[in-house]
Amino acid sequence: MSEWWSYSAEDFLLFSPRTYWRMFELQNEAYWPLPVLTLALGGIVTFLAARGGANFLRSAAAILALVWSFVAYTFLWTRYAGINWAIAYVAPAFVLEALLLLLIAVRAGFTVQPRGVVPWTGYLLLAFATVGVPLLAPLHGRDRSTSEIFGIAPDPTVIATLGFLILLRGRFLWLLYPIPILWCLLSGMTLHTMGDAQAWMPFTAVAVVAAAAIAAAVRRPSRTPA
Amino acid sequence: MPTTRRAFLQTSVAATAAGALLPTALRAATAEPASRPIPSSGEQLPIVGLGTWITFNVGEDPQRKDECAAVMAAFFESGGRMIDSSPMYGSAQPVIGYGLQKLGRPKALFAADKVWTSGDGPAQIEETRAYWGVPRFDLLQVHNLVDWEAKLPLLFEMKAAGKLRYVGITTSEGRRHDLIERIMRDQPLDFVQFTYNAVDREAEARLLPLAAERGIAVIVNRPFEQGALIRRVANAPLPGFAAEVGATSWAQLLLKFILAHPAVTVAIPATSRVDHVRENLAAGGGLLPDADLRARISAQVRSL
Ligand SMILES: NC(=O)c1ccc[n+]([C@@H]2O[C@H](COP(=O)([O-])OP(=O)(O)OC[C@H]3O[C@@H](n4cnc5c(N)ncnc54)[C@H](OP(=O)(O)O)[C@@H]3O)[C@@H](O)[C@H]2O)c1
Repeated sequence: MSEWWSYSAEDFLLFSPRTYWRMFELQNEAYWPLPVLTLALGGIVTFLAARGGANFLRSAAAILALVWSFVAYTFLWTRYAGINWAIAYVAPAFVLEALLLLLIAVRAGFTVQPRGVVPWTGYLLLAFATVGVPLLAPLHGRDRSTSEIFGIAPDPTVIATLGFLILLRGRFLWLLYPIPILWCLLSGMTLHTMGDAQAWMPFTAVAVVAAAAIAAAVRRPSRTPA
Repeated sequence: MPTTRRAFLQTSVAATAAGALLPTALRAATAEPASRPIPSSGEQLPIVGLGTWITFNVGEDPQRKDECAAVMAAFFESGGRMIDSSPMYGSAQPVIGYGLQKLGRPKALFAADKVWTSGDGPAQIEETRAYWGVPRFDLLQVHNLVDWEAKLPLLFEMKAAGKLRYVGITTSEGRRHDLIERIMRDQPLDFVQFTYNAVDREAEARLLPLAAERGIAVIVNRPFEQGALIRRVANAPLPGFAAEVGATSWAQLLLKFILAHPAVTVAIPATSRVDHVRENLAAGGGLLPDADLRARISAQVRSL
């Protein structure tokens, strides 16, 4: 489109905040009581990650692959894309991330970060995504029915995955970061454009992941001197 | 200054034959908007229409779809005809289709939609038509001039074949007025759509006079700047002079400012609320401000 510089983010926001939050209400309603189960799955992923050990971590990656594909189809493709045509292009990216998670579940090829601040950041993100994010609805003055639940809504699912990834070390793990990071930026921008204070949440997740990545990079040379 | 000097009747601009026969007070009471002719055909069109950007993009939510249908019902009850949409507006088109079906396909409907991305053509138009469930569109516009060199001939062809009644182009927020002006001069357009309101008055310089000169109907979009103008005036009391044109709210005063321009054919405020659609349609009835009062409305809004 020409004169693209004269367009602002607002020009591309096609829905009202009311319609946006109503999606989560409808999603929770449509799959009830599945949100209770996926919430439990979030707890299981955190537990498996905390246990460490290749098989536990592989099971956690498999669960994440499952919920990414579920969110891709049920939320992005059949719901969100209906009010925002751009999301039709994002849903396949979620499927790709699910495949990548499945790949690491099958192939393993990673170890757990040595103890310290980096893995703790991962646990923190995992716990926040499962327990904290659903509480944001009432904290931001919205009805509880609009709560975003791990495995049902994208943000908590994506942030939990980032938490999980931070825990791991492996050669090709960086391939799994772009899609969740880009999602968080898109989600943060959407909320910001909507004038919603909750924009801090996906942006902070990205900042935390960036800080953890830097911390991990700084630590590594000291542990494996050249 | 007496009311008669500040304000003038719709009839002095143009009015429906029926509307002209009704006393002003009665027309205001029935809240029917006045009508103006589409210059290229003489067909009368009520001067307040309905936009659907954001407000009608409610997805598959049955409850919200019914709310939109209720807005449409109130719109037709209040004498409205033109509903404007675009393939860009997410689910707005199927939601309109749902409403039309629910309301038993109101005869009054004047269906206005757009062609949008450069990749799309007849297939997109057909998809859009199926969403609305209408046999053909009254008006199709080239959205934001995207690929207009290819899209305008397509629309003129459809019109010649009787598959479309009117052809137009759109822009908003002052974009590409030079090109709009050139196309208005060179092409046999029936309609042009752009932004015009008490704060954004750029169109007064060239586009509105040119539309009048070339006999092109004008659709005014973003009359409330997507609600920003309403928020801007929200805390200010309604000025006393609003009563001179029978405006009972800021929204009505803002709309009357636009509608009083003689080159404007129809303004298309969007709303998700039944009370607002009634209020907006009612603004198209009764008195409209004269030049002096328009200047005061604009100054007042700009000062806030
Ligand atoms: N390039 C293009 O072709 C183009 C660009 C922009 C717009 N358009 C067309 O123009 C239409 C109108 O523009 P727009 O949607 O940007 O915004 P608008 O009509 O200027 O403003 C819509 C906002 O005003 C509020 N509103 C409406 N009536 C009201 C009333 N009586 N009192 C208080 N608030 C009221 C609505 O909120 P509530 O829901 O609470 O009433 C809504 O948030 C669009 O829907 C679209 O059809 C076309």
